[in-house]
Amino acid sequence: MPQLEMGGQTYEVDEDGFLQELDKWNRDFAQGYASIEGIEGTLTEEHWKLIEYIRNYYNQFGIAPMIRKMCKDTDLNLKRIYELFPSGPAKGACKLAGLSKPTGCV
Amino acid sequence: MAKRKTPMLDELENGKWPSFVSDIKQEAEKRKTSDIDFQTPKEVCDDLLDLLELSFKDREGHWKHGGVAGVFGYGGGVIGRYCDQPEEFPAVKDFHTLRVNQPSSYFYKTEFLRQMCELWERRGSGITNMHGSTGDIILLGTTTPQIEEIFWELTHNLKQDLGGSGSNLRSPNCCIGKSRCEFACYDTQEACRNLTLEFQDELHRPSFGYKFKMKFDGCPNGCVASIARSDMSVIGTWKDDIRIDQEAVRAYVAGEFKPDGGGFAGRDWGPFDIVKEVIDLCPTHCMAWNGNKLGINNRECNRCMHCINTMPRALRIGKETGASILFGAKAPILEGAQLSTLTIPFMPMEEPFNEIKELIGKIWDWWSEEGRSRERLGELMQRKGFAKFLEVCEVKADPRMIKEPRSNPYIFWKEADIPGGWERDIKDFRKRHQK
Repeated sequence: MPQLEMGGQTYEVDEDGFLQELDKWNRDFAQGYASIEGIEGTLTEEHWKLIEYIRNYYNQFGIAPMIRKMCKDTDLNLKRIYELFPSGPAKGACKLAGLSKPTGCV
Repeated sequence: MAKRKTPMLDELENGKWPSFVSDIKQEAEKRKTSDIDFQTPKEVCDDLLDLLELSFKDREGHWKHGGVAGVFGYGGGVIGRYCDQPEEFPAVKDFHTLRVNQPSSYFYKTEFLRQMCELWERRGSGITNMHGSTGDIILLGTTTPQIEEIFWELTHNLKQDLGGSGSNLRSPNCCIGKSRCEFACYDTQEACRNLTLEFQDELHRPSFGYKFKMKFDGCPNGCVASIARSDMSVIGTWKDDIRIDQEAVRAYVAGEFKPDGGGFAGRDWGPFDIVKEVIDLCPTHCMAWNGNKLGINNRECNRCMHCINTMPRALRIGKETGASILFGAKAPILEGAQLSTLTIPFMPMEEPFNEIKELIGKIWDWWSEEGRSRERLGELMQRKGFAKFLEVCEVKADPRMIKEPRSNPYIFWKEADIPGGWERDIKDFRKRHQK
């Protein structure tokens, strides 16, 4: 299992970089990952709004929210989400939020 | 090196058919002596063959489920693939697939194909699949660091975009259309291109509950099989009569023209028999031949295309052309396989295609709102009923949507549909009918 070192902490991640130990997540993890996922500088309030929404949803339902629901509940349209997280809601936002890899059909 | 021992795979090279095993072996050998500046492991094809041999031996696959790989700005187009035996097969440890949006009707310049192959040998495995069943150019096998590089070269040098994957609009696909085919009732290439450009967001940034495919067939011959394979099938048709050239019909009967454009050659089928080969095969029995003149009762014609295909020099599609729009085909996943259902009997298909775009908007809104995760449009239509689907499309039920009378009575009358409406009182009803 690959490991990722950030800010003196070691995290176990899968080959796509998704956190394996969900309870190890903290804000530094998200911030540390930002540049890898194409986000410049510090995470803004909008980034955190989406990350927190995803984490809350995941805690409640055990899965990542559907994209449409995510857009509706956060008032962020999909275009804006890609501006905030250039690698997209699944690969970017969910990864920063510390979720395990979303499954989906190819 | 040369560790490859694949007795089971080798069996697949026997027989007179082309073999993907031979193809991959050929590429594996080429990579050993090539002077290409490879950006991916040189042994990628060897390891792929060895891994497949192991899968045959173990009787189970050795690719992990899923994988999230992609390029910045897009959510689709790249399918992450990881091998579950990375130590033993390091060259295929990551082996991602790229879907590349194909040009309409697969018109390529050889120069483009050479450039693409060069790119894919250098930055990928060299293995392609031309084309996937949705229509894309499929590039099989590259490593994670190469994905952005390939995307840059594809879009900047080859001017080709990624296609769809995941829960998004998949790359729209069309038949050869008016560029080569006299049966085309509308410009399929233009429709395909126009809608691809219109729905760029939906193609690249997955936002649906599941995939959505659209395909454009120029006529009911259905060369891209849209009726069987796409959530939205656009099939060319005509409103008026089949055009008949009686002289040419007689020439076919006299043996001056070969039927089926000279197809079915190589065997003597005897002289052309118009009654046996055309008139009697008409599924709606709407044709007649009196030995001199061909008659067609066009009202009964169901566009099977058989007579036109058999005698293309004598019969032509009508002049008032457009398309029928059908929805809901899919392969078996949640429910069994389904063909698409006729929803719009006739729609003119001309730029800027506003009518069909509006219709798609209504359907996507409904599907996104009501559809469950991984539910195809066809399954939602089945779950909610066709009457509801017609309501969503803002279309009235029409006899042309029904295969035959009384076989699928899905129409429920509403009070507003009946002139004068009706009054119902449950108390009054109960006086006459016990519970």
